[in-house]
Amino acid sequence: MIRLSVPLRHALARLSVPVLVAAAFGTMLLGKADPPLVERGRMAVADLLAPIYALAAEPIGALRGAVSEGGTLLNLREEAARLREENERLHRWQAAALALESENALLRRQLLFVPDPAPHFRTARVVADAGGTYARAVLIATGPSLQVEKGQVALDERGLAGRVTEVGSRSARILLVTDMNSRIPVVLEGSRARAMMVGTNGARPRLQHWPSGMQPGEGDRVVTSAESATFPAGLPVGVVRLGETGWPEVELFARLDRLDLLRIFEFGLAGILPPEAVVRPDPAARPRR
Amino acid sequence: MARPGRPASAPGPVARLDALARAAGPSVATASFMILAAAPVGLPSLLPAVALAGVFFWSLFRPASMPAPAAFGLGLLQDLLGFAPLGSGVLVLLLTHAGALRARRVLARRSFLLVWLAYCGFAALAVGLGYLLQALLGWAVPPAFPAFTQLALTIGLYPLLAWLMARAHRGMQRAEALA
Repeated sequence: MIRLSVPLRHALARLSVPVLVAAAFGTMLLGKADPPLVERGRMAVADLLAPIYALAAEPIGALRGAVSEGGTLLNLREEAARLREENERLHRWQAAALALESENALLRRQLLFVPDPAPHFRTARVVADAGGTYARAVLIATGPSLQVEKGQVALDERGLAGRVTEVGSRSARILLVTDMNSRIPVVLEGSRARAMMVGTNGARPRLQHWPSGMQPGEGDRVVTSAESATFPAGLPVGVVRLGETGWPEVELFARLDRLDLLRIFEFGLAGILPPEAVVRPDPAARPRR
Repeated sequence: MARPGRPASAPGPVARLDALARAAGPSVATASFMILAAAPVGLPSLLPAVALAGVFFWSLFRPASMPAPAAFGLGLLQDLLGFAPLGSGVLVLLLTHAGALRARRVLARRSFLLVWLAYCGFAALAVGLGYLLQALLGWAVPPAFPAFTQLALTIGLYPLLAWLMARAHRGMQRAEALA
């Protein structure tokens, strides 16, 4: 260690805070001037920590499981009654669905309808909350056996959750649909009216820009629209609920507050991406089919 | 092992390693807490709450182990772990560090309750500054509700974190008294 005289050391100690504050402003400037550098830095940190998170995921999952288990034990009776009622209702729906399915098959045979190929997906574990106070994003663990690319669509077991925005070598970031920067083109299933689903960082994104005279109503089902070639049509998103101010919001099917596994779909669509998430050509990547 | 009448022997490698561990312990522990706080538990503002409590506590009670560069590094880690604009966490934690150093003479010997009260002020300023920086750097007004959640979490989590850190602090003091 370098030996310094006491006054010099004191002067250095007093100087360090202003110098570092200036450096903090420099960092902000750097962050604004070179977003790809920041993104690389973020993904480097995420890649470094992904194995640690993967290790910690087990005990944390166990803890969460235990807590929710306690909750279920408390209202077991109501839950059973609710499930019996729901089961009855679903049985009726199953009959309707079977009838519709056979009718659909019949009509398709008559129209020589070419069905869309079943999309290919891979499942990834959510290892960390990558959002912070003013953003909604999660980190998934990837690896050599699980290649993801920017722009791919993430669904949980119930519905749309988000899109891949940053990809590292061992991890990837998913921007959730509730994030302030998220804009998803959607269709109201009943009226076929198009709208935008805009994230607010709250639990329920809002609907905007629907055609005049086609006000979304309480209980309408919301699915994705193929409008901007970023999403395939018809992915389940949620149900319209009118908020406190009467503004239509979407109650999501996906349970974004307790994500643990996400299905990452490759639909082969490369529509509009946010400017900072434009796919840069990666020489190591395999060519797209 | 110093005997009267002889110069004290230079500290051995183990003693030096011990001192180094004590000096680096607080920042390393804060960093590990922050990394754990980013795990998906459903509390998005856990990370800044943990970082602020660590920087405040150690700057106040053991400034030698939380120098300004450590606060800078922790801020950078916070920005990189979260989705906050780069530099906002750095500035907030650095100013908290500087403020805690200033308040040291008044606060270090006071009761826990008073320190907590002071921390509430620090937390309010820190969350406010964070909100402002988020608005300026993102060039959009972020919703206010998450800021209040973060403030409540930051203040509410402090007693637990301070209890843990105070135990570690006392342990280190005992070890230093023995050495």
